[in-house]
Parts: sequence; C-alpha cells; structure tokens
Amino acid sequence: MTDISYQAPSQETEASLGDYFALMKPRVMQLVVFTAVVGLLAAPVNVHPVIAFASILFVAIGAGASGALNMWWDADIDGVMKRTAKRPIPAGKVTPDEAKVLGFALSGLSVMMLALSANLLAAGLLAFTIFFYIAIYSMWLKRLTPQNIVIGGAAGAFPPVIGWVIATGSMSVEAWLMFALIFMWTPPHFWALALFMKSDYDDAGVPMLTVTHGRKSTRFHIIAYTVPLVVLAVGTAFSGVGGPIYLATAVVLNAMFLKGAYDIWRRDEPQAEADGYKVEKTFFRLSLWYLFLHFGAILVEALLPAAWGIWA
Amino acid sequence: MTIRAEHEIHQRRKGRNVGVGLMLGGFVVLILALTFVKITGGDFEMPRIEEGQ
Repeated sequence: MTDISYQAPSQETEASLGDYFALMKPRVMQLVVFTAVVGLLAAPVNVHPVIAFASILFVAIGAGASGALNMWWDADIDGVMKRTAKRPIPAGKVTPDEAKVLGFALSGLSVMMLALSANLLAAGLLAFTIFFYIAIYSMWLKRLTPQNIVIGGAAGAFPPVIGWVIATGSMSVEAWLMFALIFMWTPPHFWALALFMKSDYDDAGVPMLTVTHGRKSTRFHIIAYTVPLVVLAVGTAFSGVGGPIYLATAVVLNAMFLKGAYDIWRRDEPQAEADGYKVEKTFFRLSLWYLFLHFGAILVEALLPAAWGIWA
Repeated sequence: MTIRAEHEIHQRRKGRNVGVGLMLGGFVVLILALTFVKITGGDFEMPRIEEGQ
C-alpha cells in the first residue's frame, strides 16, 4: 500500500470550513439573529454597541450549535428526505461525531460567553432554548407526535425574548408577545411545507400531521392556527413594541395570510395536484415574508422617536 | 504516478486552518473590547480586597 492509496479514504471525509458552517444551519441562524436583534432594540434600555454585538453573536453561535446537534441526531432521517439529503452528514462531508462535538462545544461556549457579556438570565434562556430544541423537540417529540411542530416551535420563538433580556435583564409582556408571534406562526408555516413536500416526511417516518391525520385535517389545522395568530399579531400593535407602522403592516399581512389559509382550507388534493400546489407554495413563501416584515415593523417602531399619539 | 506536493486536500486544510485562525483572532479582539467596555462602564467597581488587609 502506498501513501497515496492510504490517504484516499480520509480525503473523502475531510470537511472544509464551509461544511462545518453548513452544519450550523445558517438560514435558521439568520432568522435567530434578526429576531434577537429586534428584541434587543425594541427593549426600553440602551445597550453598549460592543456588548450588544457580542451578545447577539453568542446567541447566533448557540443557535448554530443546536443546529449542529440537530443534524447529528437526525442524520438518519435527513438522508431519507429529499429536502435534507444534501446536508453535510448525509452527504458524507462531516461525520456524526464531528457534528456532536462541535455542537456540544459551541453550546457550552455560547452560554458561558453570553453570561459574561450580558447576564445570567439571558444565558439561562439560551441554555434552555438549546436544551428544548435538542432534547424536547429533536430527541423526544419530533418522532413521537404530530404536535411536534407546535411544541417544538417554542425553541425558535425564544430569540426575541433573549434579545430583550440581554438589554433589560428581565422579562416583560412585550417580550412574550414577540415569543407568541413566532410560536403561533410556526405550525401554519411548516404544515404548508408538509403539504407540498408530499412524501418526504412519510418516507422518513416522521409523524407530521399530513401523515397521521391526513391532508384534509392539515388544511383545517392551518386555518385553525392562523385565526388566533391574526388576532395576536394585530393586537400586538397596541403593546409597547407596536405603533401605527406596525399596525398598518400587520393589517395588510394578516389579511393576506388569512386569505391564503382560507384558500388552502377550501381546496382538496385533486385541485392542489392539478396546479402543482401553487396556493400552498405561495402561502409558504408569504409566511417567510410575514414573519420578517412583522419583526421589521417592530424594529422600525423601536428606531423611530416615541411620538405616536396613543402609542407614545 | 507522480506525487503532487500541492493536493486539493492541502488547499482545503489550509483554508480551514486560516479560517479557524481568523476566528480565534476575532474572538480575542472581541474579549478585549468587551473587557474594555465593562471596566470603563459607569457601574464597574474594583475589588476592595487590598483595602481590608
């Protein structure tokens, strides 16, 4: 055996920096960073820019760490599903053990550093979020119950609360309104995806609502969760983080979102298959804009002077 | 077959090492900046151990 032939197997498994970065689910990290920044800036306390930057960075690292741990735990089903088959572990670029070590190491680092840069409550919330996403959602609920998305959505809803706590050191109703907005948005968002990803979750044996209760029931669940979401999203306009810009944004977006959910509910599978799930795909894309623009409006309200009549 | 001194795997390792080095350097700078901001902030107090001794 020559040196060259000996090195060949390791050549295939040696990952690049980009592969490790992909393990951290950069698109999810973007959403986490954005909502955490909004939570931090919406809080009625000014934070030194260096402390704010460092703290948000540690929240992002914590989110990335939980992404890596999720990919380690779900490597078997990721390889089966079309949507996730190209992730670093099923693609053979990173080993599950590497993902596990990276995830645990970055989890510890991010929590410890957030405690030092911000406060213990923010660090505790970050630790709980990582624990919730990995132990409660990924390890326990995801493969057990069709309510996986509903309860698991809490993990993605914590970042604005963490941002708020970084600034204030305590929690308040405004922080929990932002939490509730993401929490209630998550199920319709993922169920719309499950409707047009068809057999993906079926193949992987993940008990999504489409698999356990059927597509008709999923369509009803989408509108059933959208109605309280609309009330919550519009009602937030009259809280400390709301204002006229937020109200105008929320009214338009929620009218569109409600219309989309209604259209999904009124359709059946033959209609959806006939046009290639056009309505479901449009609703899914709208859901991404929905969350981004709601938090964008909260950010605009936070950055504008407080001179808004009843909202001042 | 000739053994090439520079293989694709060397480039990948180099990229990884440079990336890790830059991140560690950035981390050091961030800790330095955080420390500076914390100790120059209004609510920072030096430990008073020496005064009591």
